[in-house]
Amino acid sequence: MRTRLASATTRAVNAASRRLGRGRGTVAGGRAGLRVDPRLLEHLSAGRQVALVSGTNGKTTTTRLLTVALGATGDAVVSNETGSNMPPGHVAALVGSAATRAVLEVDEVWLPRVLSATGAAAVVLLNLSRDQLDRTNEVRMVAGRWRAALAAAPRTHVIANADDPLVVWGAGAAADVHWVGAGLRWQHDAVGCPSCEGRIEFGAGGGWACRDCGFARPAVEAELVTAADGDGGGAPTAVWADGRRHELRLALPGRFNQANALLAAVAAEACGIDAAVALDAMASVQEVAGRFTVRAFGAARARLMLAKNPAGWDELLDLVAGSPAPLVVSINARVADGADPSWLWDVPFERLAGRTVVATGDRYRDLSVRLQYAEVAHSTEPSPVGAVTQAAGADPDAPDALVDVIGNYTAFHDLLGAPT
Amino acid sequence: MSAGRAALRVAVLFPDLLGTYGDGGNGLILARRAEWRGVDAELLQAVSDAPVPEADIYCLGGGEDGPQVRAARTLIDDGTLVRRVAGGAVVLAVCAGFQVVGRSFPGATGEGHEGVGLLDVETVKGSGPRAVGEVVAEVVAEPVAEAVGLAGVPALTGFENHGGVTALGEGTAALARVTAGVGNGDGTEGALQGRVVGTYLHGPVLARNPALADVLLSWALGDASLEPLDDSAAESLRQERLGAVHRRGRLHRLRR
Repeated sequence: MRTRLASATTRAVNAASRRLGRGRGTVAGGRAGLRVDPRLLEHLSAGRQVALVSGTNGKTTTTRLLTVALGATGDAVVSNETGSNMPPGHVAALVGSAATRAVLEVDEVWLPRVLSATGAAAVVLLNLSRDQLDRTNEVRMVAGRWRAALAAAPRTHVIANADDPLVVWGAGAAADVHWVGAGLRWQHDAVGCPSCEGRIEFGAGGGWACRDCGFARPAVEAELVTAADGDGGGAPTAVWADGRRHELRLALPGRFNQANALLAAVAAEACGIDAAVALDAMASVQEVAGRFTVRAFGAARARLMLAKNPAGWDELLDLVAGSPAPLVVSINARVADGADPSWLWDVPFERLAGRTVVATGDRYRDLSVRLQYAEVAHSTEPSPVGAVTQAAGADPDAPDALVDVIGNYTAFHDLLGAPT
Repeated sequence: MSAGRAALRVAVLFPDLLGTYGDGGNGLILARRAEWRGVDAELLQAVSDAPVPEADIYCLGGGEDGPQVRAARTLIDDGTLVRRVAGGAVVLAVCAGFQVVGRSFPGATGEGHEGVGLLDVETVKGSGPRAVGEVVAEVVAEPVAEAVGLAGVPALTGFENHGGVTALGEGTAALARVTAGVGNGDGTEGALQGRVVGTYLHGPVLARNPALADVLLSWALGDASLEPLDDSAAESLRQERLGAVHRRGRLHRLRR
């Protein structure tokens, strides 16, 4: 009874909030529902197979890929697609749905509570790195909380990135772990051993081990092999320890998305969907919540990309390295971004030297100083749309060239939602 | 050029332990500002499992509690930093790094740890909420600042994020006096002792305060008249940040 009332409240507040034009109406309703029934998430999860996706980077994309994979054989799948990744968002997503399968993106800090409320069948752990410095979510502490929570959930399949020592620590006490060699470009937050505070050493071949205590990369069930790994320059391939191989043909760009797809495939298998079927289903996903969308701004066309922290920027700067397109970099420091953009100095902007770069966003001045010391010539333009137009006009020989745009969270959404 | 030592060596100490808050940028800024003036500068990223290198300027940054304890232990055991400072090397230590080069600092549960002792300061865990936000601090115009060339440095701007309260001992002077934010916890911000500067300001501090960078460079190079650089980007950032703090302050007063 209480759950029915709470569900009705959630739906009513969501509908009202949407009508009033106050956002996408997922958080307010969820909050109201949880006030009526604090165990609403638990009740809404009952009778469903729930999969959770958490980590610092790639949550939204992996959640989308896993949702598509679990629906590959025709089952209805519900997911918190708007990116509201705390319990109000979970409740709002589940409340209107009869789907028997659910895939929920979960904030790293909230994972223990959401795991216990949903009794999830599967948990995907992507990576852990520094994010939003002013919030003091020290990544080691988060890994420790994951470890305790997963140890207390013996019936949950854990699908974890074996290349991230912090993730391995977080998953390491769970009863059933599917280790996946998904890779880890950004290793700067992982050199301190989470087990003994000794030192983790990364080998050239992708292995790692603590020099002081024997904590080391576990043997993997599946791994991603790409041309960069020296495997004959072929297409990126998922390789299982049992001998299976499956080529990845994703519409989404970047090695990090291939890694996300492999983790989703192993999770799909743990949920009863064949991994090859899952990977084929994921191939058709072209954009996730606006990431990699091409949008027109007047005569200019821009490919919009989102990076929220140094690890994410490292991946995207690598992705755009081969492209001659003019680049707009947009930085905000609003609540959702974290108020301290000092992390700009952890991002290897030096790689942009020689390109056409326009700095924009609320904090374009911080970015401009960073680019000056990176010796990257650039112009500044406070208006993000103005910056895209300026970048598009930078090369008179290619007036309709595509502009690459990388923004952090609210900067990305400003451009995604800007009038054309 | 010979394979010999660069004219100026800047070492970022322990990016693997004290690299959480972007403060490694301070080392880059010092090296670039020297190079842009024609000084041959070398920037070293000195990780904690190798001996501390010989350098003219050492930069230490913010970090988490566990690694901070390890950094202090390693620096004390290694001994190079203390020896180099006695020989005239310059140190810029930020946040956790500031606490580490003091006499004592708190660990994760508040327990005391021995610091390197380059600054006569003691830090304990504060009882209030963590200090997180923009800081503005006026450089203290006292004889000590006058003597070392700091007196002309305009208001410092930066972002603090710490739970420590730092008390200055008799052997050390305050770097600045806060006009917005928390700093050391008693109205002062940072510390100055010989050529060792401690501060809670991230940003990084030298990105937002190029005049402070040039004071450190002039100490290390023994040249008090460095030619000016084009700091218009930094000046624009400074004005915007100082203005943002000023606006927020007025808003607070209005609300009260």
